[in-house]
Amino acid sequence: MKTSLTRREFLQKSLAGTGLVLAAVATPFGDRLLSAAEMKKEEVTFSPNVWLRVAPDDVVTVIVNKSEMGQGVDTSLPMIVADELDADWRQVKFRVAPSEARYIDPVWGKQSTGGSTSIRHMYMTLRKAGAAGREMLLKAAAQTWRVPLGECESSKGTIKHKPTGRTLTYGKLTVKAASLPVPKSPALKKESQFTIMEKPLDRLDIPDKVHARARFGIDTFVDGMLYASIERPPVFGAKAVSYDAAAALKVKGVRHVVPIKTGIAVCAEKPDEAWRGRTALKTNWGKGADPSLDNKTLDEQFVKAMNTRGVVAKRRGNTDAALAKAAKKLEATFMLPYLSHATMETMDCTAHVRKDGCEIWVPTQNQTGVVEVTEKETGLKPEKIMVHTTYLGGGFGRRFETQVVKEAVAISKITGKPIKLLWTREEDMKNDYYRPGNYSKIIGGLDEKGSLIAWSHKIVCPSVFEHAMPQMVKHGIDTEAVANLDDMKYGVPNLYVEYVKFDAPVPVGFWRSVGSSHNGFTVESFMDEMAHAAGKDPLEFRLNLLKEQPRVSRVLKTVADKAGWGKPIPEGDGRGIAYDFSFGSYVAQVAEVSVNKKDGTIKVHRVVAAIDCGPIVNPAIIEAQLTGAIIMGLSAALGERIDFADGGVETSNFDTYKLLRMSQIPEKIEVHIIKSGDSQGGVGEPGLPPLAPAVANAVFNAAGIRLRNLPMTPDVVLKALKEA
Amino acid sequence: MISLDINRKKYSVDVEPDVPLLWIIREYLRLTGTKFGCGIGLCGSCTVQVDGKARRSCQIPVGDAQGKKITTIEGLREDHPVKVAWIKEQVPQCGYCQSGQMMQAAALLEEEKDPSDEKIVEAMNGNLCRCGTYLFIKRAIKSAAKEGKGS
Repeated sequence: MKTSLTRREFLQKSLAGTGLVLAAVATPFGDRLLSAAEMKKEEVTFSPNVWLRVAPDDVVTVIVNKSEMGQGVDTSLPMIVADELDADWRQVKFRVAPSEARYIDPVWGKQSTGGSTSIRHMYMTLRKAGAAGREMLLKAAAQTWRVPLGECESSKGTIKHKPTGRTLTYGKLTVKAASLPVPKSPALKKESQFTIMEKPLDRLDIPDKVHARARFGIDTFVDGMLYASIERPPVFGAKAVSYDAAAALKVKGVRHVVPIKTGIAVCAEKPDEAWRGRTALKTNWGKGADPSLDNKTLDEQFVKAMNTRGVVAKRRGNTDAALAKAAKKLEATFMLPYLSHATMETMDCTAHVRKDGCEIWVPTQNQTGVVEVTEKETGLKPEKIMVHTTYLGGGFGRRFETQVVKEAVAISKITGKPIKLLWTREEDMKNDYYRPGNYSKIIGGLDEKGSLIAWSHKIVCPSVFEHAMPQMVKHGIDTEAVANLDDMKYGVPNLYVEYVKFDAPVPVGFWRSVGSSHNGFTVESFMDEMAHAAGKDPLEFRLNLLKEQPRVSRVLKTVADKAGWGKPIPEGDGRGIAYDFSFGSYVAQVAEVSVNKKDGTIKVHRVVAAIDCGPIVNPAIIEAQLTGAIIMGLSAALGERIDFADGGVETSNFDTYKLLRMSQIPEKIEVHIIKSGDSQGGVGEPGLPPLAPAVANAVFNAAGIRLRNLPMTPDVVLKALKEA
Repeated sequence: MISLDINRKKYSVDVEPDVPLLWIIREYLRLTGTKFGCGIGLCGSCTVQVDGKARRSCQIPVGDAQGKKITTIEGLREDHPVKVAWIKEQVPQCGYCQSGQMMQAAALLEEEKDPSDEKIVEAMNGNLCRCGTYLFIKRAIKSAAKEGKGS
């Protein structure tokens, strides 16, 4: 890979030559659209963040400011623009934005990808950009033909003069269109006029991924680069007591040994030489922050923290009084493990720090964060830092973190060489920012008619926000730690939610669906328990509490209907239902399972899912995301947990971190998309939370055992069966 | 000097014979379609074909690969039924593991023109996909098998 464009070159190239170029500036007062000429003039004042280019050869290029990590933004974002533009989809291409203020997310004010927000945050801006382009092309055609604008119509990249049947393609109109003023508020299409959105179009990134042309972070090559590998402390907080740099430097190919904050980096001509160098270091590590930390002590600390006073996150009615007079009371605790992201591409980053600037190639979800840490590490001004976002070999929140960038930049700064830093799988597994482990205690109360009158929920959980976005912690409450609790959709008259922040030396971070990944499980599992305690059908019990929640009711009724809820199933099988509201979307799922009473394995035969995410861009991508989230949810439910021993992470690779394999997947996954026309929700994450509770509820239905701790491994199942 | 035959091209590299073939393919020869995932042969991202059989290139010392015919994803022709099916069924999400998945699937279809569900699972169970595309992979293998039979 050649050292590529500078930011100025990128800008000039995007603006260069003929062609219609449109930018949109998102301001607090709404979007403002600009042409290339206006852009050049106003560049200093405004930071337009979206580019649309129609070239004379009819090719439409949409610049994508979100990171492609499998969720389909390289296709879905261009679809939004192309539809309003009335482009010919076969001529639409995408280009990945560099890191730059003009490509920030208009809602966050940062360039980053996460929280299932890409479409939600970009939808209106992109639609307006496309619509403005179409309006300018129509005007250009009318002027060319000297006919009234109303006699011209656009379709598939062509303008037609209706009375005479004359046509001009967009490419031929770009020069004239570019000279026209940009409409301030272009008319948007009605949903019924969409020709590209709502269609299951093929993804634009797939041919490159199939033919091995896609460049991931690990595929970066820069002239003169060295490979770096870092010897890291085996336990949290340990420091190197001694290491033999001279021995490492004697290894063939090794050029530098560089101690940095997180370990000792060995730089070599080739990767295998760097690893040999690491071995030669023979590093002695001191004691960690807490040598007693292991699975048992961590669990004990969670249980102990449950007895401390937390912060009240929600108080509705009087839960204590309601529980005191309840006809029936139920109490249960739930323990969930720390989880690893285990992206198939481990962490990597290539950085080249020079005196006058820095260039970085990295699979990142957080370009703004990359620039910030680089600025801190090098003292360079942000405009001197160029970030190239490669394809991401999985994200799931892991690549919001920027530690690998900090490391690569630090090593490059010291050595003066371009550095390709690769993490091994073991480093990746032991140095993750984990999905927090957590412990919940729930008490529920029923009145004599079996109605749920009180729900008291106390959760002990580390705070992801405190580490990743401290400004999001309000009054001591991490809103993700109490996701699905403080905003519970069930109409329980008395609701109490208490949050105890848990502190341990284990780093935590965003993991697909974040707080909903655990609270979706505890709430929906316990709701099922309450339904059974009330002697009611779990679906009916829920619907009774959701009379003012039509969108929740509809996804639940849809999956129940499609899955044949209440209809007979094979002897020994069980059905479970669950729903979750997260990231603006409503998802319900029914799982059908059987439990092997001899070996304790749970087999999920079928999952039926329904999603209401409001406006739909690409139904095929929605289906793929839901299917993937169901598989990831099942993987976590059945096998994933990070184990701790002797003050550090014991789990090291896929021999001990059990990801779901093909032999364990459901035979069938059905996804039903509800077109509600309601407010827009995300798609990447909301499919995950309902899976684990749907499966656990189905296990109860099949085998009469209630599994409140995850993962539901065979030994746990066998123990529960024995005790039942 | 170690001589290698990769995608019917001859290469020679000056390297210790115990370096895993994966790193020679990727980082020395820059055939980057073959991916690193775990280094212990448990994820399948690095799957290539050695004399027509699917093998984990992270588990093969490069010295042992001499004299053998190695095929990587770059050596699988663009109109190969597996590649065609992977696009038709829109399999990849992040795409990182898919080279390995396709090399495994192509080897399976060489052995078994019309594999049963059980055969597919047996052959593919060593290949992890964190995005969860397994159902799409199954579908694509069946589609490729159908295509292969027709041609």
